[in-house]
Amino acid sequence: MKIADKKTTATKLVKTALEKAKKYADYNIFTFIDEEGALARAKEIDAAIARGEKVGKLAGVPYALKDNFLSPRGETTASAHILQGFKSPVTATAVAKLEAEGAIMIGRTNLDAFAHGSSTENSYFGPTHNAVDFERVAGGSSGGSAVAVALDIVEFATGTDTGGSIRQPASFNGVYGLKPTYGCISRYGVVAMASSTDCIGFFSKTPEDMDLLMSVASGQDAKDMTTLPDYYNPTDARTGNSEASSLAPVVTGLASSIAPVVANASELPVRRIGVIKEFDNESVDADIKKALKEKCEALKKKGYEIVELEMPALKYALAAYYIIVPAEVASNLSRYDGVRYGFRSEKSDNLEDLYLNTRSEGFMPENKRRIMIGNFVLSSGFYDAYFLKAAKARTLIVQEYEKAFKKCDFILTPVSPNPAFKLGEKVNDPVAMYLEDLMSVSLNLAGVPGLAIPAGKTDAGLPIGLQLVGPRRSDKNLIEFSKELE
Amino acid sequence: MKYIPTIGIECHVQLCTKTKLFSEVDNDARGKEPNSCVSPVDYALPGMLPRLNGEAIRLAILAGRAMNCKINENSRFDRKHYFYPDSPKGYQITQYYAPIIGEGYVELPSGVKVKIEHAHLEGDAGKLTHFGSYSLVDLNRVDTPLIEIVSMPDIHSAKDAHDYCKELWRLMRYAGVTYGDLYNGNMRFDVNTSVAPEGSKKLGTRTEVKNLNSFRSVERAVEYEIARQTKLLEAGEKVVQETLGWSDATGKTTGQRSKEEAKDYRYMPEPDLPPIHLTTEFIKEESAKLPLMPADYRTKFGSVIAGDTLEVLLDYPELMQKLGEIDEKYVKNASNLFASVLLAEEKSAEYLNDLPSAKQLNDLAEMNEKKELSSTATKEVFLRLFDPQMRGKDTRAIAKELGVIQENDLGALEVIVDAVLAKPETKKAQDDFRAGEEKVIGFLVGQVMKESHGKANPSAVQEILRKKLA
Repeated sequence: MKIADKKTTATKLVKTALEKAKKYADYNIFTFIDEEGALARAKEIDAAIARGEKVGKLAGVPYALKDNFLSPRGETTASAHILQGFKSPVTATAVAKLEAEGAIMIGRTNLDAFAHGSSTENSYFGPTHNAVDFERVAGGSSGGSAVAVALDIVEFATGTDTGGSIRQPASFNGVYGLKPTYGCISRYGVVAMASSTDCIGFFSKTPEDMDLLMSVASGQDAKDMTTLPDYYNPTDARTGNSEASSLAPVVTGLASSIAPVVANASELPVRRIGVIKEFDNESVDADIKKALKEKCEALKKKGYEIVELEMPALKYALAAYYIIVPAEVASNLSRYDGVRYGFRSEKSDNLEDLYLNTRSEGFMPENKRRIMIGNFVLSSGFYDAYFLKAAKARTLIVQEYEKAFKKCDFILTPVSPNPAFKLGEKVNDPVAMYLEDLMSVSLNLAGVPGLAIPAGKTDAGLPIGLQLVGPRRSDKNLIEFSKELE
Repeated sequence: MKYIPTIGIECHVQLCTKTKLFSEVDNDARGKEPNSCVSPVDYALPGMLPRLNGEAIRLAILAGRAMNCKINENSRFDRKHYFYPDSPKGYQITQYYAPIIGEGYVELPSGVKVKIEHAHLEGDAGKLTHFGSYSLVDLNRVDTPLIEIVSMPDIHSAKDAHDYCKELWRLMRYAGVTYGDLYNGNMRFDVNTSVAPEGSKKLGTRTEVKNLNSFRSVERAVEYEIARQTKLLEAGEKVVQETLGWSDATGKTTGQRSKEEAKDYRYMPEPDLPPIHLTTEFIKEESAKLPLMPADYRTKFGSVIAGDTLEVLLDYPELMQKLGEIDEKYVKNASNLFASVLLAEEKSAEYLNDLPSAKQLNDLAEMNEKKELSSTATKEVFLRLFDPQMRGKDTRAIAKELGVIQENDLGALEVIVDAVLAKPETKKAQDDFRAGEEKVIGFLVGQVMKESHGKANPSAVQEILRKKLA
């Protein structure tokens, strides 16, 4: 990133970012802008550089933080009414790592409340507008972060991806967006949506930046037992792992139970790229199909083999996703009861009313919809028919990807069937909204990484995104290979 | 018609780990301010994740082995959902589908065997204190590790229910997995009772009495429920399946006023914790750390210590452990001191935490058996050993300091006896004794004791006197 060549200063970068943030205020990108804090931090870094001190890999780089990452700077609201007023005493591991390398947060970005959504229209603070077409959605749930990077306000932004929440907004706005392998980056201190599919990732403008961010943020964290031993920086003798390894004698199954070691594609030269036959159908936008075809042709010319994959188990992905995720959502949202932090309804004069009123007033309609679905599929008598069946379908999907990666090194697919839609177009049709996630959710169920890459524009000028999918732990090579598609 | 009671018991045991089950804060909240032992994980800040405490796994293995249970190599955690202020997360992390401890059994002192269905690890809830119009919440106890031990319905009397609970309490304390303080809720019992006509293959409808924290309450509650249910059935009425509370004051169980709401806990696998896989070697290594259990001590000391004394002493693993360290030939002697002197002391609980060394106790028993110490002097020296300032001091030195060692040297005693017999004031007694008046020997022994400043061994003195006056 720019700062490395010393042609500018942290203060200049931050000032520029803050000016742009103000200029694009209409887009409703930020839920909080930390002008004072960001400038103070920039001054510290410039002073350190002037003193000739060693500074971090991201020193002075302004970034935007999705508002579901905990940090004592500003309120952490997850764009939800029920978290209004919540100032976290804790800093998320990912945030701590970025800031330890000198990155400067200039503000927190808008999202669908609790990351429930594909358009950022479910935010308590209103929708974020698309970077290219103001009338259209930013995508979601990490809409604010995607637009902040697309409009060049910041160098990068954080995101969370539970079913496409990084990749889809990245593709709607024409930037890079990575959902890493499940367990690659610590979830500690990130407001949970669905624990078994949540991934922390980034928006960037180049594959090189993405690689740098990953090298900073990834690695095992003793505070998140689902994190994997660091594979992104295998030679980096970081000390962070020693603490986590104290668990080893007891929980010996930790790493293997979460992510069975698959042949790392990095050891092979990438030769074969798979395309999924089932994703080539009439529901996919013609321009997106064309973009995929063009990229495949380009790859062929470079000597890559294009392999057509049949992945029939993926047809269960959306249904399984919308059972497993709401179940975990309902569970993870149980803690928002108005007792200990955030919003509390003032109307109540007994405990039950306190719960009812706080949750009724504090959650958005989409939050409530998922809570209801989740509690239904977990309720006694329905668990086997829904949750357990979905869990079995999930196993099939995991296996489907394992099979696919025996036939090819990476897979190239659209991120979503359509480019950015109009604001308000699908708000009242939750199923149509869920269908937007058709091509993204299976990766989260399988735990495999996906990188959304910009792939031109539709005839109407809307950004098109394609996603590169790799086996678990192939993140670094996925990023490296994406340069072939630039 | 005769009715046969059937009882199954669930027991919650708080584990004495240093930190909590899922966070790094102090697990020992005894005497601490409310809400002072609480981490962001415990009070369920957004984005917080449970971190499994390996020590709890180790203690669970010991607890399981203490009950002859199979330890499952694969287990995992689940979420049990409910809304209440004692549960900040809105769910309890427990093991519903795959518990860590499998089947086993507990043998009661009477020989009755109670099978264990399974036992699982889980986090405790917080504590609510109710006042008139409000309640106060203390989250210190949130996610203190618990194991819940579920018995099979193998118990058929109130007495066995009592003995089972007591034996569990002993086993858990011997295994060293809990402080075992019943008054402070370290172990709590939920008792399921039903009665059915003798010979019936089907069990009757059961009731559950929750949260009992003494063996006596367990026994009384079961007695009460057996009688109540039997009476209902005899009158041709039905037992309602319900959860009851027990009052020690009234000696009665009481049901909820309204009909029980069917609770749906919406169990779900805990996605924030990976499944636990324990290797066979790890289980073996940890199991090997299990110390001797009450049954082992019964075998070891059964022929040395009287049965009822042994059962009393078995309540105190510290004492049994100490007896195990003592020279075998002095075990009986020491066990009597433990049972009749130590346990009678007001400060016995305090004393148990810091027992004298095996050498000190061996020496004491030896001196007593050699009659260097009278039984009174033995008790006196024994209690002196508990003085912190006497730690590491030689027993003999302590006894000497107290001036209670008896003179057993016959030569030395003869000199004293001669001196007493030479005194004119004993002349009459000597004559009377020779004339056949037996009881004056007591007076003469007393004189010698006085002369020796109480250090002479009275029976030795009497022997010498008899010889001299023959």
